[in-house]
Amino acid sequence: MSMLSIFNISGSAVSAQSQRLNVVASNLANADAVAGPDGQSYKARHVLFQTVAMGSDASRGVKVQNIVESDAPGRRVHAPHHPSADTDGYVTHSNVNPVEEMVNMISASRSYQNNVEVMNTAKTLLLKTLQMGQ
Amino acid sequence: MLERMTARLDSHGSALVLRAQRQQLIASNIANADTPGYVARDFDFAAALKKVNGGPASSSMSLTSQGHMRTGNADPRRPDQVYALNAQPAMDSNTVDLDRERASFVDNAVQYETTLRFINGHVKTMLSAITGQ
Repeated sequence: MSMLSIFNISGSAVSAQSQRLNVVASNLANADAVAGPDGQSYKARHVLFQTVAMGSDASRGVKVQNIVESDAPGRRVHAPHHPSADTDGYVTHSNVNPVEEMVNMISASRSYQNNVEVMNTAKTLLLKTLQMGQ
Repeated sequence: MLERMTARLDSHGSALVLRAQRQQLIASNIANADTPGYVARDFDFAAALKKVNGGPASSSMSLTSQGHMRTGNADPRRPDQVYALNAQPAMDSNTVDLDRERASFVDNAVQYETTLRFINGHVKTMLSAITGQ
């Protein structure tokens, strides 16, 4: 049943995209986090997608291969009275770029919707196939 | 006698299988719309149907000697896939054009349903011929 593997393909894409949304959510939640006592601020995370073979040569799913941390420098703000300020009076925030994250979020949500639509269409077609000859 | 009744059903059946395969292929393309380096694939439905029904595929050359090698895949049930090129190149060298894939997906879904209706109509005709009422 080759149509049934559409659920595997689109299902893998939906779970990968939801993982991407999760990462975006944690990035946005930590966008304003300041560096802790160890001097390490939150680093923005990004998912890496990879194609994964699923049985036949017509079906290729997708998986999250790795989640990498961005090594961009953190945002430094001059706030001498802040409890976390360093000796120069700067506070290091996370290196999350909110604009980038919003774009990422919209892109992930659109891809999610596309794959859900694919699954809905496949379901409709399969149900009609089941009624064949009636 | 009976095979003449089902001959048309057979060709519709193989068309339906090919439509399902193409649906699967387009679903893979849509699933990998964000994967870096992924190359979108598709197949020529008309050529694939011709290949399944015994005719030579348009891209294959005839084998006239023992030393000739076959181009493409030999299994007629497996259509020859082609790689899609992008009209607008992407930074991550992904060649999935989501608009095109969505259009192909909907088009293929409608064609699948059309084939299904042909089969259903044919089955109904055959049944009414058998019952003879």
